[in-house]
Amino acid sequence: MMNRRSVLKAVFTGGLVAGMGVLMPRVAMAAWSKIAFEAKSQDAAMGALYGADPSASAEVTLKAPDIAENGAVVPVSVKSSLAGVTSIALFVANNPQPLAAQFTIPEGTLANVSCRIRMGKTSDVTAVVTTASGVFSASKEVKVTIGGCGG
Amino acid sequence: MAKGILRAKAKVKGDNTVVKIMAKHAMETGNRKDKSGNKIPAKFIQTLSIAYNGKTVMETNMGTAISKNPYLAFTFVGGAKGDELQMTWTENTGASATETAKIK
Repeated sequence: MMNRRSVLKAVFTGGLVAGMGVLMPRVAMAAWSKIAFEAKSQDAAMGALYGADPSASAEVTLKAPDIAENGAVVPVSVKSSLAGVTSIALFVANNPQPLAAQFTIPEGTLANVSCRIRMGKTSDVTAVVTTASGVFSASKEVKVTIGGCGG
Repeated sequence: MAKGILRAKAKVKGDNTVVKIMAKHAMETGNRKDKSGNKIPAKFIQTLSIAYNGKTVMETNMGTAISKNPYLAFTFVGGAKGDELQMTWTENTGASATETAKIK
């Protein structure tokens, strides 16, 4: 599955994405970002979306199980007490495509979303919240006994 | 794609409306293989946006790491009993539809 060519390609897109992120940060926030969703590493996906690494914040709450018996269905919810949250994104570091979902939060919608994700194996799950003042995140490790990606 | 894959429950709670949506969808990742070893092509819901009174209250971009039969819950301020929510989804294959749900 992971041959030399795909590794090189991932490295190349990662670099390209990082460069583009600097030039035009957060332009196409709401559109489905092919680069970000198909990125093979969490850094590349985050770079495509934010152009910078998010800083950890205690005001972002990620609720996920400690042990997920079935990786095909892992319930997670993200909450934030930060003001003016504009978007929430979920990353699973060890998935083939780490970016799981991206939620755009318009004014009048609470920064509190739940969904169910798929996890290939034990991994850190990271929630990233963007506000007018920056990009914040919270992570949690979820242990998976049966993987849910492919097979 | 057949019509009506979304099942939504929207309820007024105080000043807010709590929306819970479940979509009936396999969310094929494109990584899975069938019995003869061929890759099953990816087929998943890419975007789901919910509007109330013409205003978007939630917009979701989903990747392949969303479980099958995706579930989404969120809360927005406002909303009244009997009003309608418009939910529009798009698949990576280009298929899309708009469905409605009543707030209870």
